[in-house]
Amino acid sequence: MATAASRSFSLTAGHRRLGAKLVGALLSLAFVLVFNFFLFRVLPGDPAKNLTRNRLVPAEQVQVLRESFGLGKPLHEQFISYVGDTLRGDLGISYKFRRPVSEVIAERIWPTVLLLGVSTMLSTVIGLWIGIKGAWQRGSVFDRVSLGASLALYAMPEFWLGILLLIAFGVGVGSFPGLFPTGGLSSPNTELASLAGLWDVARHLFLPCLTLTLAYIAEYALVMRSSLLDELGEDYLVTARAKGLREALVLRRHAVPNALLPTTTLIFLNLGFVVSGAITIETVYSWPGLGLLSYEALRTPDYPLLQGVFLLFSAAVIVANVIADLLYAYLDPRVRSG
Amino acid sequence: MTQPTTQEPVEALPPSLPPQLGPRQIARARRRQAAARAWREYRRSLEGMIGLGILVLFIAVAVLVPLFIPSSELDVTRATGTPFSPPSAGFPLGTDESGRSVLALTLWGSRVSLLVGFLATVISVVIGSVVGIAAGHFGRWTDSVLMRVTDWFLVIPFLPLAIVLATVLGPSLANIAFVIGITSWPGTARIVRAQALAVTSRPYIERARALGAGDWHLITRHILPNVVPLIFANTVLIVAIAILSETTLAFLGLGDPLRVSWGSMLDAAFTQGAASIGAWWYLVPPGVAILLVVLAFTMVGQALEAVLNPRLRGR
Repeated sequence: MATAASRSFSLTAGHRRLGAKLVGALLSLAFVLVFNFFLFRVLPGDPAKNLTRNRLVPAEQVQVLRESFGLGKPLHEQFISYVGDTLRGDLGISYKFRRPVSEVIAERIWPTVLLLGVSTMLSTVIGLWIGIKGAWQRGSVFDRVSLGASLALYAMPEFWLGILLLIAFGVGVGSFPGLFPTGGLSSPNTELASLAGLWDVARHLFLPCLTLTLAYIAEYALVMRSSLLDELGEDYLVTARAKGLREALVLRRHAVPNALLPTTTLIFLNLGFVVSGAITIETVYSWPGLGLLSYEALRTPDYPLLQGVFLLFSAAVIVANVIADLLYAYLDPRVRSG
Repeated sequence: MTQPTTQEPVEALPPSLPPQLGPRQIARARRRQAAARAWREYRRSLEGMIGLGILVLFIAVAVLVPLFIPSSELDVTRATGTPFSPPSAGFPLGTDESGRSVLALTLWGSRVSLLVGFLATVISVVIGSVVGIAAGHFGRWTDSVLMRVTDWFLVIPFLPLAIVLATVLGPSLANIAFVIGITSWPGTARIVRAQALAVTSRPYIERARALGAGDWHLITRHILPNVVPLIFANTVLIVAIAILSETTLAFLGLGDPLRVSWGSMLDAAFTQGAASIGAWWYLVPPGVAILLVVLAFTMVGQALEAVLNPRLRGR
């Protein structure tokens, strides 16, 4: 009876915390909407004029545009219709592409997902491996070299690394020819749905992916190293050794699973950082994803498009944070019952 | 037999101390001692000293460069070299797309990069400290509202937010510093709040309150002195991030168009096609400068944190 009661209690406590997290995430999203609305309303100038800049447009047409923006109405009505439109997926018309923002964004999502997905996976696996090896052999040559390299990678702008790799492997140095294409998703006139097409995309993916992987490895390696170092002083490892376990098993079965906890959630918490890398690296390699789209939008400047991309990035990061919380609660029994 | 007992306390006083010391002087002397102790501990860290050396060098260059290289060397219309020429005797680091010396640009660029880094850090640390102390000291709804806002700034991806703000505000040195400052304070606020909470719950705060101390007195006399060392170590780490952020924003074309910074050099180099003609001499110097400065700030910050953060001490 007692165990059943405490069990149901712990479930409700868990649910309450989950509820609080979800409410927090929804509040953050609402904040993004309000922020977006007001920030782009304080812009100097008239959106209808900005849109028709340098073109001869009849006055009636400008008036129609003004009405479609809802500029004549009071602020609270504008806000309500803005929220309604956004919830329906209507993000306005892009100045630059003269098409709905949602359409432009939808085309660009997959290249970014491909690039970020591959480089996040690679950097996590390699970064965790370096961190574990470094912490386990603390003070060794491997540890000192990898620590120094991680700090250096962390201190350089990732787009600078990207440009250097682009020169070295894309353009070629001296008589050494470029090995990889310098930009884009695929060569012109390639059928994407064929084996040759896939190979072509993979070749284009290589350099941006290598840059991002190197840029992200540093953080995962550093976090994994310090998190494993924290565990190495714990008593349960002494117990494991006293039982006669081999060192490799002490590491694999006891220390690493515990040290993985904070690092696993970091992968999701890190999406904000990952997104920032995508913006500059996609720009360097003209990879046609959301990052390059943000760059094009800010160079124009195309306000509706910027607003849309910002909304999407923020929403993605907020959702990733909720996933990180859920994952942590699932993986760590202390959090689940506490 | 009564004479020695009356004389003992007089002899116990150190002879070097002047007879009447006010509380202010005592506090000042103690602080000086604490600073000297921290410096002695800091000096033992090799990384910290190397970082400090690099920083002193870069700051000296930034301050003194106008004495050696006139600003007219940065003028596009008075450039003397051939565009995009590799390093030579006249131009040790080659020239840029309009024939200016890359060495002069890199040395001058340190001024804006460091200035924006410091300005943004001041803004960030002031906001973070005020929010953190207010949340930790006042508690209740002040705390929940401020922490809600802090969490929002923590969760929103930095670069998209900074891009949106910088685009709306327009490119200028002050705006860039403001944008970086306003997006990078939540970490400081979190750290300061935790420390302020820990201090506020101590008995001597209750005692001070019972003696009639107001919030202002409590914050400035009791909480702030306890929080400052932590803020200090954190500040140095923020400068590193702020300089990197300036570089990224300037690279995206959001920097001050009238001034040269390391980020704006990389922007110009990239958009003018330095990568496709293999003009590495234009790209390498600003990048190496950023790498060195950021690494130096990180090393100094970590060494300071090890000295000043009581939780890390003894590790």
